[in-house]
Amino acid sequence: MSGAWQRDGYEAVIGLEIHVQLDTASKMFCACPNRYGDEPNTNVCMVCLAHPGALPVANAEAVRQSARVGLALGCRIPDTSEFSRKQYFYPDSPKAYQISQYDQPLCAEGSFHVPGEGAFTVGITRAHLEEDAAKMIHAGGDAGRIQGSAGSVVDFNRAGTPLLEIVTEPDLRSPEQARRFLTLLRATVVAIGASDCDMEKGSLRADANVSIRPIGSEGYGTKTELKNMNSFRFLERGIEAELERQLGLVLAGEEVRQETLHFDPATGGLTSLRSKEEAHDYRYFPEPDLLPVTQDPDALAALAGQLPELPVARFARLTGTGLPESTALLLATEPELAAYFDDLAARVGDPKVAANWVMGELQAHLNATGIAADASPVTPERLAGLVALVVEGAINQTSAKEVFQALVEDPTATAAGVVEARGLAQMGDADELGAIVDGVLAAHPDEVAAFKGGREQVIGFLVGQCMKASGGRADAKALQALLRERLSA
Amino acid sequence: MAIDVIGLTAERAAALLRGRECTAEELAQAYLDRIAAVDGEIHSYLHVDPERTLAAARAQDAGSGEGLAGVPIAYKDLLSTRGVPTTAGSRILEGFVPIEDADVVRWGDEAGLVSLGKTNLDEFAMGSSTEHSAYGPTRNPWDTARVPGGSSGGSAAVVAAGCAPWALGTDTGGSIRQPAAFCGLVGLMPTYGSVSRFGVVAFACSLEQVGPMTLTVRDAALLQQVIARDSGRDATCTGPREPIAVPEPSRLDGVTFGVPRAELEAGVEEGVRARFDESLAIAESLGARLVDVELPYARHGLAAYYVIAPAEASANLSRFDGVRYGLRVDAPDVRAMYEATRDAGFGAEAKRRIMIGTYALSAGYHDAYYVQAQRVRTLIRRDFDAAFAGVDAILLPTAPTVAFPIGARLDDPLAMYANDIFTLPVNLAGIPALSVPNGLSEGLPTGLQIIGPAHAENLLLRLGAAFEAEHAFDPVPPALRSAS
Repeated sequence: MSGAWQRDGYEAVIGLEIHVQLDTASKMFCACPNRYGDEPNTNVCMVCLAHPGALPVANAEAVRQSARVGLALGCRIPDTSEFSRKQYFYPDSPKAYQISQYDQPLCAEGSFHVPGEGAFTVGITRAHLEEDAAKMIHAGGDAGRIQGSAGSVVDFNRAGTPLLEIVTEPDLRSPEQARRFLTLLRATVVAIGASDCDMEKGSLRADANVSIRPIGSEGYGTKTELKNMNSFRFLERGIEAELERQLGLVLAGEEVRQETLHFDPATGGLTSLRSKEEAHDYRYFPEPDLLPVTQDPDALAALAGQLPELPVARFARLTGTGLPESTALLLATEPELAAYFDDLAARVGDPKVAANWVMGELQAHLNATGIAADASPVTPERLAGLVALVVEGAINQTSAKEVFQALVEDPTATAAGVVEARGLAQMGDADELGAIVDGVLAAHPDEVAAFKGGREQVIGFLVGQCMKASGGRADAKALQALLRERLSA
Repeated sequence: MAIDVIGLTAERAAALLRGRECTAEELAQAYLDRIAAVDGEIHSYLHVDPERTLAAARAQDAGSGEGLAGVPIAYKDLLSTRGVPTTAGSRILEGFVPIEDADVVRWGDEAGLVSLGKTNLDEFAMGSSTEHSAYGPTRNPWDTARVPGGSSGGSAAVVAAGCAPWALGTDTGGSIRQPAAFCGLVGLMPTYGSVSRFGVVAFACSLEQVGPMTLTVRDAALLQQVIARDSGRDATCTGPREPIAVPEPSRLDGVTFGVPRAELEAGVEEGVRARFDESLAIAESLGARLVDVELPYARHGLAAYYVIAPAEASANLSRFDGVRYGLRVDAPDVRAMYEATRDAGFGAEAKRRIMIGTYALSAGYHDAYYVQAQRVRTLIRRDFDAAFAGVDAILLPTAPTVAFPIGARLDDPLAMYANDIFTLPVNLAGIPALSVPNGLSEGLPTGLQIIGPAHAENLLLRLGAAFEAEHAFDPVPPALRSAS
């Protein structure tokens, strides 16, 4: 397979567990606001603080959004699923159990295709709905962990945030595939509108199960679980580091130990959090405070029909219009940029021309300013006005860049207005161009002689001189044609 | 006026208030006086706040004064009360003050009921005698050397002793019906899911319901009218299927009772059995037909219950960790703090059930215990379904014994658990049952348990009213009759 990680006769076997915080108005099992960034412990109640007597009521919107994500991942949505209690003691878990799902998840048995060069398909084992834990901050001590810290505080605002855990089959064969898969998965969930999937805020989190095995083997090696990879780059680097570590062990004749590891992006190092022996017995059992979740097949069919265009479909559509795969993939995975592109392409009428502008001037401007496509002052409508002027030959490329910059700087300006005000209209008048060309030829007899002597490349210099004389407003192609005409006369 | 609260029903209390024969404040004061006089000995209240009670009564006197407004009530201390300490009978919740009322308490407030206080119980409702309260045992007003039953023993004792006209209890395996039987009261365990559990400190979520403990069947119906509702805050609650009606005594023509005779062989005290047989004769004399029914799996109810209830309890009690509220015993690190807090906070019975439940859910034992118990539960449910295909209701003694002496079973958990043998299967099936007084054995009350299909509360109340009228039982303990 293209892009596979293979070293010294071993290949990588990787599965991901992805946690997506759902963007619902309220929390998973209570009416508290589901909002990031508020004052600590303000969005709390009896339920998410686990006071005695509190009871959970499942958030119907979270169930609906989870089903939509499941459908987008090609999952089967069973008629009935069930919440279960997953028990463990930790101060971030107010009930000392997390309401999760165990053997009857909301979404089962999906598959997800990652297109483009070296396309691959990843099996989705399941996607289940659960509640997030509270956020803990440990003061002092060792690497922000509770053991050895001077003191710990808990913010229960996050406790009870709806969380969709997506578990893949061990189908990924390289760190790069893991990154590509997660990138496309993120784009899909964002396109659906179920989550903003912001890794910095923790609304998208990924753990990786990593092992290696001899190439061609069907079995699996001992796996380790990698936690805390809070960016696409760290995910790729963390898995890479762990694969190298495991390979080193195996080549040295040592065994890989089943354990949970923490990847430190600062040092690139891996530290053990707990070994298999310390693994929890979560003592799952069905949540008696909640009834099973039932799905109506008609409602599910309607949900499936109402999904927006997903990145995989968008990729196929864009490559179908002749866009290069790299451009299509970028647009497929960046929903705001894709929406911008679609709007612009519709106005301009030519997807390739629109793609050139989006991938060129617009991207450069967005990258330089850090603005999102949908927040750029240069709206698709304003940019379309500029593109139209270029397409009809009213201005040249050099002027177009200047006009674009003017549109960035003055949100009220229009392309046509800038061209008019700055006199950037392309010189189309043959007499005017002819006068410039004649003047330049007269002023550079040596170059004229050289051209006539066979050194045709001096024409570039002459074009440049003409352009300078026109104040940058001449059409370079027209100038070149006119120069050749005069020189060969 | 001087109000004699001994034996005063809630219905009669409401009539006094509506007839302006007394004010809510006077009535509340009469109960507070009664509590001050006798509760030192009975120890049925864990929390009484006279000022708060009198202020609530005065507010009712100032209001429109309809229905039950101004009638006092006592709440089992498993029910959350906003701003009023709620301990669940446990040290681990000592000093805990809820931020919200339980739904049933809120509805009591909305009906104008005036809270007299919070009643004693076995810790987290785990027990059948109220001896497992961290705050000391409650005594039975019929014989203060004996237990009032449990776990709602405090609620039973306050009503029997004239310290409240009625009370709310909770029933997880018999905790309303058995203490009602032991104290000569009416106790209704409603259909699972007909009363909101929101705000009820959880012991075993899939088994427990809140219900009335009263002097009469009519009072039970009146209180059930207040609490049988769906608030949207208990996902397992749908409210009652039909409005609760207050019954009149009637004949029982056309009613068929099932009698599971095989179950009665399992060690019923002679006097309890004799009273039960008399009730069967009463049923026939009122025109009812008796048929034998089989509940072949009911005898496994005890074993299944003592896996399922502790399994749920082991998870429900995990939240008491010293982090957010209640007791905290400081220790060098968080794990040691958990251990020290839970060791100091839980009593022996709570610890026993946490251990049993944790074990039953552990990897390697989960299928043999928890899953197997759930299968038994399903079979018991089917037993009842099959029986109700042929009968309207099933009759059993509420408990196989009368109230036992304090301390008699404290060292023998299995003997204690066995007292609930006739009540546990009903919780496992999620169906309603009513306990009505069934005459005395050796001077102590016995109970008749009438079990019905889901949402048959109105039928049970009607049947109960018929037995009640025939028995003409005086719910006031003899010692109190002479005192009044």
